[in-house]
Amino acid sequence: MNPPASTPLIEARQLVKRFGDFTAVGGINIEVRPGESFGFLGPNGAGKSSTMRMIGCVSPPTSGDLNIFGLDATRHGKQIRGRMGVVPQLDQLDEQLTVQDNLIVYGRYFDIPRAECKRRAQELLEFVQLTDRADSKIEPLSGGMKRRVSIARSLINEPDLLLLDEPTTGLDPQARHVLWDRLYRLKQQGVTLVLTTHYMDEAEQLCDRLVVMDGGRIVAEGSPNELIREHSPREVLELRYPAGTNEEHAFEVEGIGHRQEALPDRILIYADDGEVALKEVHARGSIPESVLVRRSSLEDVFLKLTGRSLVD
Amino acid sequence: MSLIDVAPLRIVPPQIRHARRPQRMLERQWMVNRAGGWIIFVTGFFEPLFYLLSIRVGFGALVGDVDDGGTLIPYAEFVAPALMAASAMNGAVYESTMNIFFKMKHEKLYDAVLATPMTSGDVALGEILNATLRGAVYSAAFLVTMGALDMTGSWWSILMLPVAVLIAFSFSAIGMAATTFMRSWADFEYVPAVMLPMFLFSATFYPLSSYGDWAWIVQLSPLYHGVATMRGLNTGDLSWAMLAHVGVLAALAVGGLTFTARRIERLLLP
Ligand SMILES: Nc1ncnc2c1ncn2[C@@H]1O[C@H](COP(=O)(O)OP(=O)(O)OP(=O)(O)O)[C@@H](O)[C@H]1O
Ligand SMILES: [Mg+2]
Repeated sequence: MNPPASTPLIEARQLVKRFGDFTAVGGINIEVRPGESFGFLGPNGAGKSSTMRMIGCVSPPTSGDLNIFGLDATRHGKQIRGRMGVVPQLDQLDEQLTVQDNLIVYGRYFDIPRAECKRRAQELLEFVQLTDRADSKIEPLSGGMKRRVSIARSLINEPDLLLLDEPTTGLDPQARHVLWDRLYRLKQQGVTLVLTTHYMDEAEQLCDRLVVMDGGRIVAEGSPNELIREHSPREVLELRYPAGTNEEHAFEVEGIGHRQEALPDRILIYADDGEVALKEVHARGSIPESVLVRRSSLEDVFLKLTGRSLVD
Repeated sequence: MSLIDVAPLRIVPPQIRHARRPQRMLERQWMVNRAGGWIIFVTGFFEPLFYLLSIRVGFGALVGDVDDGGTLIPYAEFVAPALMAASAMNGAVYESTMNIFFKMKHEKLYDAVLATPMTSGDVALGEILNATLRGAVYSAAFLVTMGALDMTGSWWSILMLPVAVLIAFSFSAIGMAATTFMRSWADFEYVPAVMLPMFLFSATFYPLSSYGDWAWIVQLSPLYHGVATMRGLNTGDLSWAMLAHVGVLAALAVGGLTFTARRIERLLLP
């Protein structure tokens, strides 16, 4: 049933999504191979969810080609959805049912026999560590628990492809790490993951390859390391000055390093060696309130490509 | 009657013809009701009982016989089938308006369902059947009560049940179609504003002839066609016109269903 490993699991060519006059996705090309984990990174309104919904076959493309599992998404939506799991950006759990029944009824939508649904539901609740909440209603659960129920539910049909739209937004760091661990295990089992995120560390942890989207277009593509190497010098010097004085200080340190970025709360200086850059800042007599030298990250790549901070 | 004759399956759109899993929505409702939702069926049973008792001991004694197109029948027998039609309508409309709105707008239930192999046709047909079921249960309780109070006129009365199911289906379909246009809870004020006059002026409490020149307006009411069919069956006074009434109800059912499936596609699969 699976196409040979060389053919892509998802293949989009010149994919466009318009809502009226507004273009949410403006002609993107992507290829996701089986077993890969692929990320969409981008600020609010970049078109990530719109793209995910087209891949999920719940939103017809305005134009372009979209093939999933080698099938045309516009004509074979039903078959494609049958082999896919979806975790939407906002949880859409069935509030009238218990946690366990949520999983069971979802399995029934895929025509999975009832007894098998029950067996899988138990297994999946164990997988997301919610066995003790199996008979709870949805409402009293915490945000992180609901997210885990959503993920468990998306796995009820043992999907070959899992779509996760901002899987860990709003979770505390510990809950995020638990989820990352679970997603990593799925990847090891051969499930292809496609996710969107605002978090750089998440992208670095989970994605083999990612695209940076902005304004409905892809502005860069590669592995996290490739992107950092290509678009950002090795180190970043972060300078904090008293509130509201960034602009004048930016003038003081002008020309140091390869490139600078003045954010509302700090100035970033991109350089091959952060310490050397810092010495020069001091030599010019500029005295920041605090300094930090760190390795450059995807966030810096993003900043350079879009001129905007990712989390706002 | 011609309506049925010229209604080949092709007028049903592909969304509905290709629906393969509408029963899953019923299965879901069963899982919800298991946990206590069945209480609505109890209230649905008492309502007709009180209605019928009040008519039997009250109006029936006051009003005497009614001239229904030439035949004289006791008032209780005249009005009971109309109330049964109304109870099928009420059960269906309760379920297909507020409840559907909650599931669609607040719970985002259908968004989640449509991410699976389920389709807009499955959701529309399944949820309309679900609301139909509620109307059907109310009507069945009504018919049993009528029988027990000796208000049925003939053996044809048994056929009132399938007609009640059709009425429930038509109103579920119209109700759900209308619900897809509701923007907020405030819009539900329109539901009783439409339902109450329909209940009162569908030849429910007096024969069509007493409306005089305004009878054509009554005939525009979907409920009237249900009432007319039910009444004919209860007295055993059958006519070809009843087939036309059934045809109108069937056309409304198919129309509402089709419309609902299209609306779901537009709203939830943009
Ligand atoms: N159903 C719709 N009708 C009209 N416009 C829409 C619709 N869905 C999305 N949009 C618009 O398309 C653009 C992209 O939205 P999308 O949800 O894809 O962004 P996103 O990258 O997922 O953003 P976020 O990070 O905030 O989730 C936005 O400007 C949004 O307003
Ligand atoms: Mg989004």
